[in-house]
Amino acid sequence: MAERSTASGQEFEQTLNQSDTSVADFANKRRAPLQRVQHTLHANPTLVPIIVLAVAIVAFGLIAGERFFTPFNLTLIMQQVSIIGILAAAQSLVIITAGIDLSVAAIMVLISVIMGNLGVSLGVPTVLALLLGFVAGAAAGLLNGLLVTKIKLPPFIVTLGTWNIFFALNLWLSGAQSIRSQDIDANASFLKFFGTNIILGSARLTYGSLLMIAIFLVLWYVLNKTAWGRHVYMIGDDKEAAEMAGIRTNRTLVQVYMVAGFICAIAAWASIGRVGAISPQSFYEGNLSSITAVVIGGISLFGGRGSILGALFGALIVGVFESGLRLAGVDVLWQVFATGWLIIIAVAIDQWIRKVSA
Amino acid sequence: MKLLLTSSALALAAMTTGAMAQDATACLITKTDTNPFFVKMREGATEAANAAGINLLTYAGAIDGDVEAQVAAVETCIAAGAAGILITPSDSRALAPVVTQAREAGILVIALDTPFEPAETADATFATDNFVAGQLIGQWAAATMGDTSGARIALLDLNASEISVDYLRDNGFLQGFGVDIMDPTDIGDETDERIVGNDVTNGNEEGGRTAMENLLQLDPGVNVVYTINEPAAAGAYEALRAFGLEEQAIIVSVDGGCPGVQNVAEGIIGATSMQFPLRMAAMGIDAIIAFAADGTRPENTPGLDFFNTGVTLVTDHPVEGIDSITSQEALSLCWG
Repeated sequence: MAERSTASGQEFEQTLNQSDTSVADFANKRRAPLQRVQHTLHANPTLVPIIVLAVAIVAFGLIAGERFFTPFNLTLIMQQVSIIGILAAAQSLVIITAGIDLSVAAIMVLISVIMGNLGVSLGVPTVLALLLGFVAGAAAGLLNGLLVTKIKLPPFIVTLGTWNIFFALNLWLSGAQSIRSQDIDANASFLKFFGTNIILGSARLTYGSLLMIAIFLVLWYVLNKTAWGRHVYMIGDDKEAAEMAGIRTNRTLVQVYMVAGFICAIAAWASIGRVGAISPQSFYEGNLSSITAVVIGGISLFGGRGSILGALFGALIVGVFESGLRLAGVDVLWQVFATGWLIIIAVAIDQWIRKVSA
Repeated sequence: MKLLLTSSALALAAMTTGAMAQDATACLITKTDTNPFFVKMREGATEAANAAGINLLTYAGAIDGDVEAQVAAVETCIAAGAAGILITPSDSRALAPVVTQAREAGILVIALDTPFEPAETADATFATDNFVAGQLIGQWAAATMGDTSGARIALLDLNASEISVDYLRDNGFLQGFGVDIMDPTDIGDETDERIVGNDVTNGNEEGGRTAMENLLQLDPGVNVVYTINEPAAAGAYEALRAFGLEEQAIIVSVDGGCPGVQNVAEGIIGATSMQFPLRMAAMGIDAIIAFAADGTRPENTPGLDFFNTGVTLVTDHPVEGIDSITSQEALSLCWG
């Protein structure tokens, strides 16, 4: 605090004595309870989805009864959200850079068809089919990244375009025809690896569910504990500032889209195990579902804010709502209705948290 | 590509106006040109048109629901002076104005597979009787079970919109099985205790699997599974197999796609009702030729507001009193 002698100064300065003498005071003031909540949430953005998830599980346990609150059903929900969950991980990466990727599900389905065509129809060794699939996934991401950084198109436009392109390629390569489960078993059963169950009592964890969690944990580590991860956040927060700080923003952005494409290729492998067949018509709205999970998970669409783990909770929240409403006997259209409100409420809460005052 | 088609259509139009009437042009407009069902339809139409020596122009939307592309295609056909248009409307209401325009220009318009609403929008509708398709598999399932009092039925429908093909197949199945279907245009209004529940599949494997898991959650004793189409059936089987319950349930379906027929051969699907896109299109072309020759218009099947192009039960476990063909015979007839 500045010390001030009360008697000094000219006459017109005398009134200064009555003014506030504190300078740039950041010390904690007493806050209203709501403000305190707002502050805590601002510091820990993942808290909202965790609370919602916990409340939803308890609420549906009460409403839908015993059938909901069983290890069997809870692990089934994990299985059912695993693919959208993995896509949401890829989506989160892009959204944290203040971008958006509308093509994630299209990349995934395209890659699953490529893996199937190679491994099942053409008889290429399964491991090679998978590797080529991963390369193709990363290449699809590279295309998105280059269009965003070199041609400088908005990510929304780029991925809106590539969504259509990848979907058309998928229909062309597959002839819009599924590859049957039995044919995969006979020729390339390793493609269904992630459908394998671990049975613990009545719980059924698939490798696919564990894969989803593993991907989130790895990404969380990379984003929070490595320089690359901090760069990703900085680019999302303020790309120009990041550039001035010496970050090669375009190179990092291209890498982000490539990693996202690669994760989509992993999702493709997992989806073959989950669905059983390779189905070119599946997951048409998977891109939107992944954005839904990210948004409900408290990751800001404006970039630079939110924990990637939020997207995992976001995906689980949607899964819990759908399962709970179904077991409570609610019609499908009301499940869609509920998801809609979840999105709006989640973003409204995000906006409110961003308005936090010091 | 579309531009190329359009310009060649205009060139054709210039030719046909000068030529004699027997040099007729027909149009085929499908929802997409990727779905095997429509690919087969185009094959049938092309074959029939070549055999009769008439010109055939084909168009398709980019995706199901691409109404604008279909409107443009109808307009092109009018400009080309076509004698007739075969169309699978992407939207059974939105295309009415342009279809009326075509008919006012003296063109015979036939809806294939999907009826317009109202059906009279077109001169005729050539379609599968989806209610009968459902009925056949319902009757087969009931006869295969024998005593149906212990049935636990899971119904795997299309989507929340409840479009006509969805409720027709669903209610047809239930009536065939011996359930009081209440309102025949509503899904899920039945009160029969044997029904476990309905869920939606979007007509693909992923949806079929998730829906089956959900219904098994409601009742793990499900032993009869109706599915809207064969990809959904394949997904349902995967769910049952993952739960180790694949032996307890009969799965029935509708369509007659080749992977579906293959699944009948392997015992994954108990029975499926096969429809005939190839025949549908060939009959449509024949009708246009007849109309171009002397103006005869096709008539509906008695008692229906469309011309029934037929449906056949495919199963390797035939039951008495229901005509069916084996999966081996069906493999030569399947589409896709």
